[in-house]
Amino acid sequence: MALLDVRNLNVRFETPDGAVEAVSDLSFTLEKGECLGIVGESGSGKSQTFMAAMGLLADNGKASGEVLFDGVNLLTAGEKTLNTIRGNKASMVFQDHMTSLTPHMRVGRQLTEVLVRHRGMDAATARDAVIAMLKRVQIPEPARRAEMYPHELSGGLRQRVMIAMSLLCSPALLIADEPTTALDVTVQALILDLIREVKEKEHTSVIMITHDLGVVAGIADRVAVMYAGRIVELGDVNQIFTAPQHPYTQGLLACTPRLDDVLGKSLKTIPGQPPNLQRLPPGCAFAPRCTYRIAACAARPPLRPAAGGGLKACVRDDIQPVRAAS
Amino acid sequence: MWSYLARRILIGIPTLWAIITVCFFLMRLTPGGPFDSAAPIPPEILANLRARYHLDDPLWQQYLTYLWNLLHWDFGPSFKYKDFTVTELIAQGFPVSFQNGLAAILLAIVIGVPMGIAAALAQNSPRDYAVSGLAMTGIVIPNFVMGQLLILIFGVWLKDTGWHLPAGGWNNGAFANRILPVITLALPFVAYLARITRGSMIEVMRANYVRTAKAKGLPFRAVVIHHALKSALTPVVTFLGPATAFILTGSMVVETIFQIPGIGRYFVQGALNRDYTLVMGVTILSAAIMIMMNLVVDLLYGVLDPKVRYE
Repeated sequence: MALLDVRNLNVRFETPDGAVEAVSDLSFTLEKGECLGIVGESGSGKSQTFMAAMGLLADNGKASGEVLFDGVNLLTAGEKTLNTIRGNKASMVFQDHMTSLTPHMRVGRQLTEVLVRHRGMDAATARDAVIAMLKRVQIPEPARRAEMYPHELSGGLRQRVMIAMSLLCSPALLIADEPTTALDVTVQALILDLIREVKEKEHTSVIMITHDLGVVAGIADRVAVMYAGRIVELGDVNQIFTAPQHPYTQGLLACTPRLDDVLGKSLKTIPGQPPNLQRLPPGCAFAPRCTYRIAACAARPPLRPAAGGGLKACVRDDIQPVRAAS
Repeated sequence: MWSYLARRILIGIPTLWAIITVCFFLMRLTPGGPFDSAAPIPPEILANLRARYHLDDPLWQQYLTYLWNLLHWDFGPSFKYKDFTVTELIAQGFPVSFQNGLAAILLAIVIGVPMGIAAALAQNSPRDYAVSGLAMTGIVIPNFVMGQLLILIFGVWLKDTGWHLPAGGWNNGAFANRILPVITLALPFVAYLARITRGSMIEVMRANYVRTAKAKGLPFRAVVIHHALKSALTPVVTFLGPATAFILTGSMVVETIFQIPGIGRYFVQGALNRDYTLVMGVTILSAAIMIMMNLVVDLLYGVLDPKVRYE
């Protein structure tokens, strides 16, 4: 049985301008010890998929479908059950390290309360465990940092605190939502190493949500590419990077500058605008920007096995699975 | 911290002096004088009175004399209550106003803040609408209407039941006599506090760190109490500072309706009677309390937000 089994997940937000379908008919599975990269641009629904799974949607959001975690449907589990899972068996690292820690609480306390809650530890034992964990995520002088408030720590340290927080209970699933955004490159590498280490040593399953293809290439086993709330391509990481089959994935990779690019060449872009979720075309959401567009694109393409392995949501079978020349 | 405190208190002195100066000259610029009355006073008596109170001295001299006396804790004699000094009048009335005001503001906090939190946590539910409706009612009904209404209900309609309360009078501060005036004083503040708390709580509950707290699997209660409440209270404290200063110095309307011997009425009566010294006295008192409350608010910010440092 897969650790995480998402079936036909839909996430809708009621807004004053009408309903927005942020995630639509999304299905995928995640095995134990596997890392799935979720790639997509802002608004593609990659974060909201997991907010829905963890019961963290904004008040105006509503999820339907099934999110089976260890056989439990998180969408119908109720707050009480959810609270035995969140932060314990499944934890989440958020992208905004500036605002994701409570400003008026000492960092140490924000961590110990997780252990007190889920492991029933007393304050002193929890404190020792927290300091050990802070040391493990390479925070210098962990005992002193634990006494500090979030604003007294640098961005990199705060994000390491977030990761320490998520690892305290040795979760089976770690969801990392853009964990390295807005951090400088050396800190990025350190954070990714930490996550990779947890995955390999503790067989923690990892969901790596990012718009940074480089991050995914270094850590993921499989990659799901999302566009307008749907998965457009899902496959093995090597296949996605060397032989992408969906025109959007191909476009995305073509946009990534490479070290062997000719100097002075202008950067590539995907023509057109990201879709407006309130006015999605009935068929393929990428069709208006797609150079391979045909009449059949007016119908919604199902996610189906592709010739080169993996799954893709594209009606055409004659697109060469290549990384488009950049 | 202590040097900050000392500095703030020292800064309060020039502030107070500025208020005294402005108030002194404004009072003297106001047409009329303390001895104008419907029945004309014989000129000889008026001359004697003016001499007795040094009103014929040049204004700058009167001002300096007043400051000099203030430095000796002498607020001067009242012009209207001729047998009393201003210090005596305030010493009699202020404890009464202070006690009622303190009871009212505490009542307002104990009721208003939880009401606002309850509304915020169930945004757009019937409970939320009920709180918002009540709060709006509390704000739009002026206290002279609310006071009379309470007198009508508890003093007249329920006269023959166990719910009867005195319609007025002080009775040396008997508990029953305090209930209606304190409620009348508190109601608008309950309303304001509920609204402010609701608004800031709604905002804080959407913060990323509250989401983090939920993602840790903490029970909802713990999320609210440990992670949201402190931040949500900042605007409440901002409001409470001046509000407390205001309410502690008494309310003319409420003290008149319920015939309470506080100092609220001195503000208005003193100004109408051109009772120069009395007006100065109550103004200095309320300015000093306001300055103190602002300091308390600034110190409370430090309790609520560790980013605030006193240097």
